[in-house]
Amino acid sequence: MSQTITTTLTINGKRHSVTADPDTPLLWVLREQLKLTGTRYGCGVGQCGACTVHIDGKPNYACLNPIKDLEGRSVTTIEGLSPDSSHPLQKAWLAESVPQCGYCQSGQIMRAAGLLKDNPNPSRQEIVEYMSPNICRCGTYIRIARAIERAAKEA
Amino acid sequence: MTINAQAKDGQIVMSRRRFMVGAAGFTFGVTVGLPAVLKLASGEALAATSKDVVVNAWVTLSTDGTIAIMSPAVEMGQGSLTSLPLILAEELDADWARVRIVPSPASDAIYGNPLFGGLQYTAGSAAVTGYYKNLRMFGAQVRYVLLENAARHWGVPFGELATIPSVVLHEKSGRRLTYGEIAAFAQIPSKAPEITPDMLKKTSEFRLIGKDVMRVELPTKVNGTAQYSIDVQLPGMIYGAILRPPVEGAAIEKLDDSAARAIEGVIEVVRLPYGVGVLAETPWTAFKAKNALKVTWARNARGWGHSNEKGFRTFTVAAHDLSRKGVAWEQKGDALGAMGKAKTVIEGEYRSDYAYHAQMEPLNSVASVSAAGDSVEIWCGTQSQTMAVTAAAKALGIKPERVTFHGMLLGGGFGRRGHRDEEFVVDSVLLSKAVRKPVKLLWTREDDVRNGRFRPLYVNYMRAGLDDAGHIVAWHHRVACDTVLAFQDPVRYSTSKGKDNIAMRGTELPTYNIPDRLSEAVQVDTGMRTSSLRAIGVGPNKFAIESFLDEVAVKRGIDPVAFRLELLKNSPRGRHVVEEVAKMADWGRKREGRGLGFAYIDYSGTQLAAVAEVSVERATGQIRVHNFWTTIDPGIAVQPDNVIAQTEGSIVTGLGLALTEHITIEDGAVKESNFYDYQVPRMSDMPEIHIKLIPTDNHPTGAGQMATPLVAPAIANAVFQLTGARVRQTPMLPGQVKLALLEEETKAA
Repeated sequence: MSQTITTTLTINGKRHSVTADPDTPLLWVLREQLKLTGTRYGCGVGQCGACTVHIDGKPNYACLNPIKDLEGRSVTTIEGLSPDSSHPLQKAWLAESVPQCGYCQSGQIMRAAGLLKDNPNPSRQEIVEYMSPNICRCGTYIRIARAIERAAKEA
Repeated sequence: MTINAQAKDGQIVMSRRRFMVGAAGFTFGVTVGLPAVLKLASGEALAATSKDVVVNAWVTLSTDGTIAIMSPAVEMGQGSLTSLPLILAEELDADWARVRIVPSPASDAIYGNPLFGGLQYTAGSAAVTGYYKNLRMFGAQVRYVLLENAARHWGVPFGELATIPSVVLHEKSGRRLTYGEIAAFAQIPSKAPEITPDMLKKTSEFRLIGKDVMRVELPTKVNGTAQYSIDVQLPGMIYGAILRPPVEGAAIEKLDDSAARAIEGVIEVVRLPYGVGVLAETPWTAFKAKNALKVTWARNARGWGHSNEKGFRTFTVAAHDLSRKGVAWEQKGDALGAMGKAKTVIEGEYRSDYAYHAQMEPLNSVASVSAAGDSVEIWCGTQSQTMAVTAAAKALGIKPERVTFHGMLLGGGFGRRGHRDEEFVVDSVLLSKAVRKPVKLLWTREDDVRNGRFRPLYVNYMRAGLDDAGHIVAWHHRVACDTVLAFQDPVRYSTSKGKDNIAMRGTELPTYNIPDRLSEAVQVDTGMRTSSLRAIGVGPNKFAIESFLDEVAVKRGIDPVAFRLELLKNSPRGRHVVEEVAKMADWGRKREGRGLGFAYIDYSGTQLAAVAEVSVERATGQIRVHNFWTTIDPGIAVQPDNVIAQTEGSIVTGLGLALTEHITIEDGAVKESNFYDYQVPRMSDMPEIHIKLIPTDNHPTGAGQMATPLVAPAIANAVFQLTGARVRQTPMLPGQVKLALLEEETKAA
C-alpha cells in the first residue's frame, strides 16, 4: 500500500538507483532487481547470515536493512569481493574444499572477509566467536575455520 | 541447464540437448530397463554430428578430446555430481582434465539407481554404492569400443592395444591415438560389448578412484555464481507465496483475502486444493500479501489435537503392549522363544523427538506453464528428477513428456526434497497455471518450518535376554513412531508390504553376534507430516540400541568397548573400527570432570565407531561435547577427502539432533518458526572432531550421513559414565538432563 521510493546507493563500486517499496530489504533488491543472486535468503530475520554483505565496509545482514535506509551508502556483495575469485578467502575456501551444498558460503566468506579486515591474524577462538552468527547446515564449520586460518597466513 | 560444469573451471555451460539429440531430425536409441545395459548409438549418429559422438547414454566424445559424462544424481553438497562420473571415467581411462560433467536428464529407465529399484532418486547415501557397478561397466564398454576402433584403424589385433589417460597405445609400433582422434572416425556398434569382471581394473590400478579431485561445481560456490532454483531469473517472471494449513489435509472453511488483494503489487490470489497462493510483482509483496490472508481451517484433518506429549504417551503404550504384533523388520531365529528361556531379561526405553531438516535454502521452485496450459518448464532443486517431472505433469493433467525439467543445485537436501508429491514444485506449477506466466514460488523460512515434514517422534522399547554367562541370547526391539514412508512416498510404500524403511532402518544388526533377534514396528498415523531426515530411522534406532547395549554392559560389569568387540567377533571390519577409535580416544584413560561414551554402528555396510568426551554442568544440565573421535570404513573411498567432509558434516548434524533440535506440536500445528526457536549447531558448538578414514577393498557403501547416528548414543553413554545418570531422550535438553541427574542422586541417596 505504501508508495515506492527511489534510492541511490553504491553496489560493488557502481552507483545504482533502485525503485522499491521502502520497507523492501536490501536482500530482495539485490537478488531480484539487480540479479546479484550470490547473496542468499536463509531466514529473513538476521539469524543465519546467508545474506551477509558489507555495508559501508562492515558485515551486515541484507535481510534486515530496508532499502529506505541505504540512500548514499556503499554495499559490497560476494560478486564484488574480487573480480576473479582471487580473494585469499576464496582461494583458501577451495584449497580446503569448504563448500558442500554451498548455499550459505557467500555469507560465510563475506563475514570472514569482515573478520580479516579488522583482525588479519585471528586466533581460533576469535574465529569461532566472530563466525558463530552464520549457520552452515551441512556442517562445514571445521573447514571454514581452517580456511580462514589459511587465508590469514597466505594473504 | 545451469549446473553443467567443466572439470577444470566449473564455469562452462553446455546445452544438454547437444548430447542427447545431436541434431534435429535424428534420434539414437537407448534401451530401457534394468540393469541398464545400453544399446549404443548407431553408425548414422556419426554422420549427423560432426563434432560429438554419443557413444552411449552416458558418454559423448568430442573430436577435441572432451569427454562428456552424465551424472545421474543431483548435487546437494554430498559430491555425487563429481564422484559418479569419476567412477565411469576410471574404467574409461579418461583424462580427468578433459572430462565435462553433465547432469543427466530425468529418466528412471536410463539413469535410475538400481538400489532404489531403478528410481532416479538421490538419497540414503546410496549414489556411489548403487551406481558403482554399472558405471564401471559403462566406462569399460566405451573404452572397449575405442580400442576396437583403434585396432580396426591400424589393422592390428585388439589384444596388442593398451590405454593411458585418453590415449590408445600400440606399443609394438609405437603408434598412439587420442580418444578425440578416434572420435573423428569411430564406428559405434549397435550392441554394447560384453564386459566381464576380469576386464575391469584392479583396485591397485585405479588412477582416479581413491584420489581426491576437486568437486566440479566448487568454484561456483565461492563467488556467488552457483545456481540454485531460487536464483533463476526469467523474463516476465512474477513471484508466488503459499499459505498452507497448519495441519496436513485441513480444508479452507473461510477465506478473506481482501487485505491481501489491497496491497499494491499483488497480482492475484489463487485458491488451491490445499491452500491459498498469492502472486505479486516482488517477493516482498508476495510475503506481505500471504501474511495478510485470513483463513479459517476446517477441523477435518487427522492431525488436529496432536502434540508431542500425546505422541510419547500413545507410542509408549503401543511399544510396551506385546500383545500388539508389529510389522517385523528383521527377524532371525526365534527371538521371543529365546527370550522366554533367558536367565535374565533387561529392558530399556529410549525416545526421540520430532526434528526438522533446516536445509539452508528454503523450499522454492520456478515454473512456466505455456499459454495453452499443455506444457510446462520447471526449475527446481529436487532429490528426484523423475518425481518432480511426474508431479508437475500430474498437477496439470499432461503427459510427462510435456514437462521440461531444469535440475538446479540444491541448497541442502537432507531428505526433505525427495517426497513423491514434490509439493513445492507443484506449488509453482499451479500458480503459473493460474496466470500463464513464469512464477518463482518462494517459501519463507517460517513457511519452511511450519510446512515442515519431520523426522518422526519415536519410542523405542528394547529387551535383551542374557544367558548364565551374560551373553545376549535374545534381542527384541519394538519401534513405535509416526508412519513415514506411507506419507512420504505412497508409491514405494505400496510395494513395501507394510514395511516402513525410513522408520525402521538401523534396527537390523547384521554384524552383532546375537542369533535370535526381532525388530518390529508398531506405527501410528498421527496425521503429522513426516519425512526422511539425514540418517532417517537409523538415528533414533541407534540411539536406542547403542544406549541399551551400554546399559547391558554396565549390568554385566564389562567395559562397553570390550563388550562390542565380543559382539563383533564375526565382523573383522567392525572390530577394526572399534579398536582404532578406542586407540584414537585413548579410551582407557580417565579424564577429570569428563566422561567418555562409545557407540558402534553398521550403516548399510559402512562400519563406524565413535567416542564422545563430554562434561555436564550440574546446575543447569547443559552438556558440552569437547572431543568426538570417529572411525569410518566405507569400503572403497571413491573420494577420500569428500568422505571425511561428509563425516564431519554428519557429525555436526548428529550434534544438533542429539542436543538441541526438536519441533513442538501443539494442537497438530508446529510451534517453531525460524532459527531463533529451532536451534541448529553453530561454530561455537563444535567440539574437536577427529576422523580416521579406514578404506578397504570392499564395495563402497556410502558416507553421506553415516556418522549422524553415532553422536547421540556416544554422548548419552558419556554422560552416564560421568554422572551415572541415563538420558533416555533426544534431544538431550538441559532440563531433561537435570531431571536425569536428580533421579540418579535420589537413587543413590
